[in-house]
Order: sequence, then structure tokens, then C-alpha cells
Amino acid sequence: MKSLAELAAIREKALSNVNMRSDNDSKIRVVVGMATCGIAAGARDVLNAFSEEIAKRNLDNVIVTQTGCIGMCRLEPLVEVYTPDGNKYTYVKMNKEAAAKVVNEHLVNNKPCADLLIQEGM
Amino acid sequence: MKELSLHILDLVENSVKAGAKLIEITVTEKISDNIISFEIKDNGCGMDKEFLENVVNPFTTTRTTRKVGLGIPLTKLACEQAGGSFHIESTPGEGTYLKAAFMYDHIDRQPLGDIKSTVLTLITMREATDFIYTHTVNDKDFKLDTRELKEILGGVPFNEPDVRNWLNEYLGENIESLYN
Ligand SMILES: Nc1ncnc2c1ncn2[C@@H]1O[C@H](COP(=O)(O)OP(=O)(O)OP(=O)(O)O)[C@@H](O)[C@H]1O
Ligand SMILES: [Mg+2]
Repeated sequence: MKSLAELAAIREKALSNVNMRSDNDSKIRVVVGMATCGIAAGARDVLNAFSEEIAKRNLDNVIVTQTGCIGMCRLEPLVEVYTPDGNKYTYVKMNKEAAAKVVNEHLVNNKPCADLLIQEGM
Repeated sequence: MKELSLHILDLVENSVKAGAKLIEITVTEKISDNIISFEIKDNGCGMDKEFLENVVNPFTTTRTTRKVGLGIPLTKLACEQAGGSFHIESTPGEGTYLKAAFMYDHIDRQPLGDIKSTVLTLITMREATDFIYTHTVNDKDFKLDTRELKEILGGVPFNEPDVRNWLNEYLGENIESLYN
């Protein structure tokens, strides 16, 4: 069983790393729509898939946050990716597998997943 | 909504938006009483009587000026479809309490679903809010208070990958042991 003592050890280890974190302006932001429409469509699992993939790959230049209704309920779960160069990418109808793909191809290799991005006239 | 745990996530987001500093989430499964319920209690801004009436029954109102919310009516509907009941009370300036109860064996009762993910999501994404999570299954229970964890963490956030991992496993093991 996981113990509180382990948590204390994690804290010691983390405290020695936290200071090295760079400021938020230079990070990629992943924003998941988590209003009722998003949650009903599966946003919780998409958000957790992002967090897990990012942790697995040790990407400390990415932060995952959530927001309310992005305003296109039928395309939920919706995920916006903001890159430090000022661009915004909107991914639609996301699921866990798609989240892993966005992390690998877009966040790691800087190749946006064209097939998952919002299309004109959708 | 396919899972009770998704209703919980959605309703707790209301509490966060209402500025709650402490949110108590209680899940109770009592098979001998044929009941599963969840309760959410917050110390957010609360709602006055008239507003609350409107929120619970948005489609019975004659008002058309305000866009209606979906979260609370969806949960109420899920209760009613599963032989249960929905109760909500609120005091402006003090907070809100709601309880959603369902017949355990009702054919249209949604499964609790991935409650671990709901709790993990809330704790890691809402660092500034404290949560008390209590889950009872028959005669076993599990309780987690984020204030106690924060004391151990001394400022290291819950979304730090190692901490999040620990929490994921801690929640998973403890919730699972309720069913053994
Ligand atoms: N715990 C709470 N404390 C204070 N106000 C609340 C609380 N829960 C709900 N409300 C109020 O009731 C309104 C309706 O809530 P509801 O969840 O039904 O819809 P919503 O959050 O507005 O939109 P959505 O459809 O995305 O859920 C909220 O906008 C808020 O003003
Ligand atoms: Mg809501």
C-alpha cells in the first residue's frame, strides 16, 4: 500500500527540482474544456491522459489546465494548445488515444496533428 | 452523463466557481438499504431561494433572459430515473449542500464509474481548494483530507508528476479495498 511516508520522501525529492522550473511564458499550455458539455463527452479522461503522457515523457515545458465552455459543444471534448510562439491549435472530439498522439507528435515533435484539428465548416 | 462520478465532477466545479475554499464530497453505498448516494457540501457564495428554484427547474420558468445551466437538472433527472431523489439547499454567503440518492439495483441507475479519476482530477487541477473525500461501502470507509496532505507536501503541488502518481495509486488502492 502507498503510505504517507512515501509522500514525504517525494516532497524532499521534488523540492530540490522545483526551483529549476522555468517561467510559465515559455511553456506550452494545454487547455481542456471542462464544462458540463465537455465532461459529459469525456473531457475528464482526456485531461488525465494528457497529464499522464506528459509525466511519462518528463515534459516540463508543458502545463495542463482546464477551462469552462469553449462554445462548440457538439465538438467536445475540445482541447486548445497554446505554443510560446503565440499560435493556438484547437483539437476536437478528443479521446485518450488522440491525447497521447497530440503529446507525441505535436508537443514533442512539433508536428500538429492535422487530422484532429478543427476543420473549416465543421 | 454516463457515470455518477462525472455528475460529481461537474457539480463540484460549480462549487469551485462559487469560490468555495473547502468542499466535502461523500459517496455512500449501502447495499442492504438498496441505496447509493453522493453529497457535496461547499462553503462558496451560495444562492438565494428564488435563484435556486430557477436553477433546479430551469424549464418550468417563464424567464427567457438567462441561459440555463445543465449540470444540476441533469443530475436531478438521473436520480428520478433511478427511483431516487435529489435535494439541494443553499444559503447566500454560507454555502451549498446537495444530496443525490439512487436505488442501488435500479436498472436505469448509472454506475458510479471512475470515481478515482474524478477525485484525482479535482485535487490536482484545483490546488487552491481543499477537499474532504469520504467513501463508504457498506461497513468500510476511506477518508482523505487534502489539508493533511498539503501539510506533508509543504508547498509541493499536487500536479507535480511524482505527487500526482502517488495520489493516483493511493486513491486507487484505498478505493479498491472498499470492495474487497
Ligand atoms: N454550489 C454552488 N454554489 C453557488 N452557486 C451555484 C452552485 N451550483 C450551481 N450554482 C449556480 O447555479 C447555476 C446553474 O448551475 P448548473 O450546474 O446547472 O449550470 P452551469 O454551471 O451554469 O452550466 P453548465 O451547464 O456548464 O453546468 C450556476 O451557473 C451557478 O450560478
Ligand atoms: Mg455546472
